[in-house]
Amino acid sequence: MNTRLRDTALFAGLLLVALGVYAMMGPAYTLRMVVEATCYAILALGLTIQWGYAGLFNAGIMGFVALGGAMTMLMSFPVNQDFWNSSAPAGLGRVLLIALAGAALVYAASRLHRLGVSRGLRTAVTVIVLAIAYLVFMNALTPVAAEIESTAGFVGGLGLPVGIGWIAGGAVAGLVGYFIGRICLGLRSDYLAIATLGIAEIIKALLKNADWLTRGTLTVSPLPWPVPAPAEIGFVGSRAAYLAVTAVLIVAIYILLQRAYHAPWGRMMRAIRDNETAAESMGKDVNRRRLEIFVLGCILMGIGGAALITFVRIFDPSGFVPLNHTFLVWVMVILGGAGNNLGAIFGALLIYIVWTMSEPATLFAFHLMEQYGRDWFGWQPPADLDSRALQMRVFIIGLTITLVLRYAPRGLMPEPVKHVD
Amino acid sequence: MNELVFFINKVVIAGSVIGSIYALGAIGVTLIFGILRFAHFAHGDMMTVGAGLSLVVAVLLAEAGVSTPLPIGFVAMPIAMVLTALLAIGLDRTFYKPLRDAGVRPVVLVMASVGIMLMMQGLVRLLAGSSTRSFFFSERKDIFRIDLPFLEARRSLVITEPQVLLIAFTVVAVVALHFFLTRTRHGKAMRAMSDNADLARITGINTEQVVWMTWIIGGGLAAAGGTLLSLDVTFKPDLSFNIILPIFAAAIVGGIGRPYGAIAGGFLVGFTETLAIFNWSILLRPFDALFPAWLEVPANLAFVPTEYKITIPFFILVAVLVWRPTGLFKGRVL
Repeated sequence: MNTRLRDTALFAGLLLVALGVYAMMGPAYTLRMVVEATCYAILALGLTIQWGYAGLFNAGIMGFVALGGAMTMLMSFPVNQDFWNSSAPAGLGRVLLIALAGAALVYAASRLHRLGVSRGLRTAVTVIVLAIAYLVFMNALTPVAAEIESTAGFVGGLGLPVGIGWIAGGAVAGLVGYFIGRICLGLRSDYLAIATLGIAEIIKALLKNADWLTRGTLTVSPLPWPVPAPAEIGFVGSRAAYLAVTAVLIVAIYILLQRAYHAPWGRMMRAIRDNETAAESMGKDVNRRRLEIFVLGCILMGIGGAALITFVRIFDPSGFVPLNHTFLVWVMVILGGAGNNLGAIFGALLIYIVWTMSEPATLFAFHLMEQYGRDWFGWQPPADLDSRALQMRVFIIGLTITLVLRYAPRGLMPEPVKHVD
Repeated sequence: MNELVFFINKVVIAGSVIGSIYALGAIGVTLIFGILRFAHFAHGDMMTVGAGLSLVVAVLLAEAGVSTPLPIGFVAMPIAMVLTALLAIGLDRTFYKPLRDAGVRPVVLVMASVGIMLMMQGLVRLLAGSSTRSFFFSERKDIFRIDLPFLEARRSLVITEPQVLLIAFTVVAVVALHFFLTRTRHGKAMRAMSDNADLARITGINTEQVVWMTWIIGGGLAAAGGTLLSLDVTFKPDLSFNIILPIFAAAIVGGIGRPYGAIAGGFLVGFTETLAIFNWSILLRPFDALFPAWLEVPANLAFVPTEYKITIPFFILVAVLVWRPTGLFKGRVL
C-alpha cells in the first residue's frame, strides 16, 4: 500500500477516535488529554531517535522526565523570599565551595602517578580522599538542609520564564545522558538498559528525599504556565493555548529530525545501527556517534518531561512511575514504528488516548465482573478491587510489548526502507 | 563490647542474609545472560511470583492440617520452585523461543523480558493487591538470641530461624550447583554453551536441552530467593526494581556467565550495602577519649542514608563497567 495513503488513513482514524472522546467527555477533558498526548509525543520522538535511529535501549525515560520537571520547577517557580533572607544561601555557598575543593582534591589525587607514585597507591589514595571528601560534604550539607527545611520549607524557584526552565530541563537531562553514555555505550546495549534503569530510580530517590530542594513528598504546586493560566481565561482557552505551544514544539522538532534523518548524518546512524562492524570499517567513530544521538534523545526527553510536568502543574516526585513514564513511551514507539518520526507521533497520540480511556474502561469491566461474580457464584470481591483492577493495565502494557515484538516488530508505520537497484 | 555485637548483628548477619538473596538471584541472571545472551529483566518479578506461589502452597498445606517443625513456607518452597521452573520454561516456549528462532537482535529479547516483567507484575498485584503479607500466619517466627558473656557484652546476637535456613540453603545450593556444573553431562554442556554456543552445537550438545536446564535452575533459584526473602521479612508484591538492580550489579561484578562470580558478587553487593548504611560512629564512640578535643565524633557517620540505598548497587555497577567490564572473575563482555 502507498505509504502516504496509509499514514493519512491512520491519522484520519486517530482524528475520529479523538472526536469520539470529544463527543463523550466535552472540550476541556479532550484538550487536557490531547495536550498530555503531545507532551508524550515529544518523549516518543526522543526515544525513537535513540532506539529507531541507533538501536539504543533506554529503560530510564522516567529519570529524564523527572529531571526536566525538577529543572523547570526550580527555574520558573516564584522566588522564595524566606530562603533568600535567611542565612541558608550563604551556607549553601559554603557547601558548594566544599564540594568544589573536594572535587579538586580527588582530581589531584587521581593525577598522583604523574609525580612518580605507583598506580596502585594512587588508586588507593584517590579512593580514600574521595571517601573523606564525600563524608565532609555530607556532614556540611545536612545542617544547611535541615535549616532550609525548618525556616523556609525549600529553596523555591528563580522566577524565570517557563521557556528557560524547559531549556534547562533539556540541558540537565542531556548532561546526565552524556555521563551514562560515556560509561555504557562502548559495551552491549543490555548494559545501557540496566544503567538507565538504575539512574532513573536514583534520580527519583534523590528528588523524593531532598526535601530542601524539591519539598519531596510535600510536592510543589502550582507551577507557572507559559500561557495564561485557566484562572484567567478559562480551562478551554488556556489549554488550547498550551496545545498551540506544544504543537509548535513538536512540528519544529519533527522538521529538524526529518532533515537529520535524510541527511548524511542520519544515514550514517542507520548504517551503524544495521551493521556496526561495517560502519566501523568505513572509519565511523561508532561510540562517539552513539553518544551524540543518545544525548540528543535525552535532551528531547528532558524538554518533553518539562512540558508534561508544567502542564500537570504539580511537581510530585512520587508521581514518577516507570510504567507511566518509561514503558508507556516504549509501547508508543514500538507500536507506532521505531525509526519513523511520524510513527512515533502517531503512536504517542493513539496510545495516550487508549491509556486515558482504559482507566474508566477497566473499572467498568471489573465492576461488571464483580456484579456477575456476586450474583452467580457468591464471590466476595476484595475491598481494594479498584486499585487492583488498575494493575490490570500493567499486564496489558506488558502483553502489548511482547505481542508487538513478535507479530509486528516494525510497528503500524514501519520505517520506510529505500531500495536502490 | 556491646558495639562489636551490634556490628555483627547489623552488618555481618544482615549482610550475609541480603547477600545470599542477591546471590540466589544473580546465579540465574548470569546463567541466562551467559547462555541465552540477554539481560533477563523479569528475574526480580520471577522471584516475586515464586514467593507468591510458596505463600499459596503454604496456605493450602496449613489448611490441609500439615504441621512441621520447620516454617511451613520453607516446606512449601520446593513445590513453588518446581512450579516457577515450569513457568520459566513455559514463558521461554511462548515468548522468547519464537523471537530467538526469528533471529532478532539480543536487545529485542531484553525488551521482551521487560514486557514479561510488566505482565508478571500486573498479575501479581492484581491477585495479591499491593499490601504486604507475612508467611507466619499460623506459627511464630523463632528468634535465637545468643549471649556472649566472654565478650562482656550485654547485648546478644540475634538471628531468626528463616535467616539460618536462608544461609544454610544458600550453602547447600551453591555446593550442589558446583557439583552439577563440574561433574554431570548437563552441567558441562551448560558451561560449554556459555563459553561458545556455536562450538557447543557442532560438538553435538543438545542446545535446546541446555536452554531448558538454564530456565530450570534460574527459575528454581529465583523462587527460592524470593521465598526466603519473604520468610525473613514479608511478602511484598512490589519488589521488582529494588531487587533487580542489585542482582544485575552482582552478576556483572562477578563476570557474566560465571556462577561462582555471581555468588561472590551477590555477597559483595550485599555487604557493601549494609556497610554503607551502617552508622560507623557507633564503633568509634568507645574510642572517643582517644581523639583530640577538636575532633568530635559526629552522631551520624553513615556513608549513605538508608533512603538512598538503591544508589549503592548502581555505583558498584558503574565502577565495574569503567574499570573492569569483564567483572572480577573474568567473565565475558557481551
